Amino acid sequence: MTQAAKPAARPLSPHLQVYRLPLAAWMSITHRITGIGLTIGTLLLVWWIGAAAMGPEAYAQFTGFIGSPLGYLILLGFSVALFYHLCNGIRHLFWDVGMNFEIAQTKRGNLLVLVGTILLTAVSWVLALRP
Amino acid sequence: MVEFTLPKNSKPTKGKSYPAPAGAKNVKRFDVYRYDPDTDANPHIDSYDVDMDTCGPMVLDALLKIKDEMDQTLTLRRSCREGICGSCSMNIDGGNTLACLKPIEDCKGAVKVYPLPHMPVIKDLVPDLTHVYAQYTSIEPWMKTDTPPPSSGERLQSPEEREKLDGLWECILCFCCSTSCPSYWWNGDRYLGPAILLQAARWINDSRDEATGERLDNLEDPFRLYRCHTIMNCTNTCPKGLNPAKAIADIKMKLVERAG
Repeated sequence: MTQAAKPAARPLSPHLQVYRLPLAAWMSITHRITGIGLTIGTLLLVWWIGAAAMGPEAYAQFTGFIGSPLGYLILLGFSVALFYHLCNGIRHLFWDVGMNFEIAQTKRGNLLVLVGTILLTAVSWVLALRP
Repeated sequence: MVEFTLPKNSKPTKGKSYPAPAGAKNVKRFDVYRYDPDTDANPHIDSYDVDMDTCGPMVLDALLKIKDEMDQTLTLRRSCREGICGSCSMNIDGGNTLACLKPIEDCKGAVKVYPLPHMPVIKDLVPDLTHVYAQYTSIEPWMKTDTPPPSSGERLQSPEEREKLDGLWECILCFCCSTSCPSYWWNGDRYLGPAILLQAARWINDSRDEATGERLDNLEDPFRLYRCHTIMNCTNTCPKGLNPAKAIADIKMKLVERAG
């Protein structure tokens, strides 16, 4: 080269675009998303308690909303998020004391958390909808 | 900072196709990331159809065959070709590993070859490692002592003390783990990442080292250590089968124990 080229900004190599994330990574992201969802969902709880304090009319308005198909859908999402965050949170406690770090244990943990979420959600809905 | 998309100058475009030699029956396609710093063009993906009947079994064999026989401009780091030097670390088929240890037959369809993720690219498959090496220097990866060495000349270790270094000393600093970690992608400027933290654990656990407290002080930081959120990509990807996530948890526990 007779002349030094102007140093161009180096490109950034692809990351999310090419990385095939293992299930454990997806579950870590889901833990965060459900955490955010639960925070927002807590506003519903505030509405419920507030409505109960404000009188029968406000309370009827709340139960009307939460009893609608949309309300049920939100409740379903909230309960799934709650039980997922709970199960995965317990798993984090094991990690915090240095347990279950082997790859096979991680895979088993993935499965346990997912099965636990489905089971706990199903049980609580069966109990809640019982005539 | 979290940035899910690539900057404008980094988006790869479609590149050239290199056909297999005439008469090749067993052909495998390799889609390889290319970047030439001497042009202003964006990175691009070149496709090479490689004759597998005359190719070795590992991805590195194919890349070197491409370089030897199809396209001499392909640039990559490699040295030992047996998983000891850590030079040929790259992203193959969606995961970080050493090209020399990755069997081609493990990749379904075209073999996609990219540099280590979320790194500045010098050329083709060669990322700029200046920053990770600087982070490595920051943990002072050498034995630090205050006491004079024993008159026999060597600082001795019991077999049990030596055993504590197993799973740590084997790291070859290929940085597959650090560059697989989303936390390192988003906060790599301040977070040390799994490779460097595993090295830190290697010195913290060395019975002969006398700077354990100072080393822990250095790591007790919301970013340097605690950006690890146990995503487990590091352990899942390590081509040497090591467990950086466990090493990081070990450091966190040592900090808690020390606090009493």
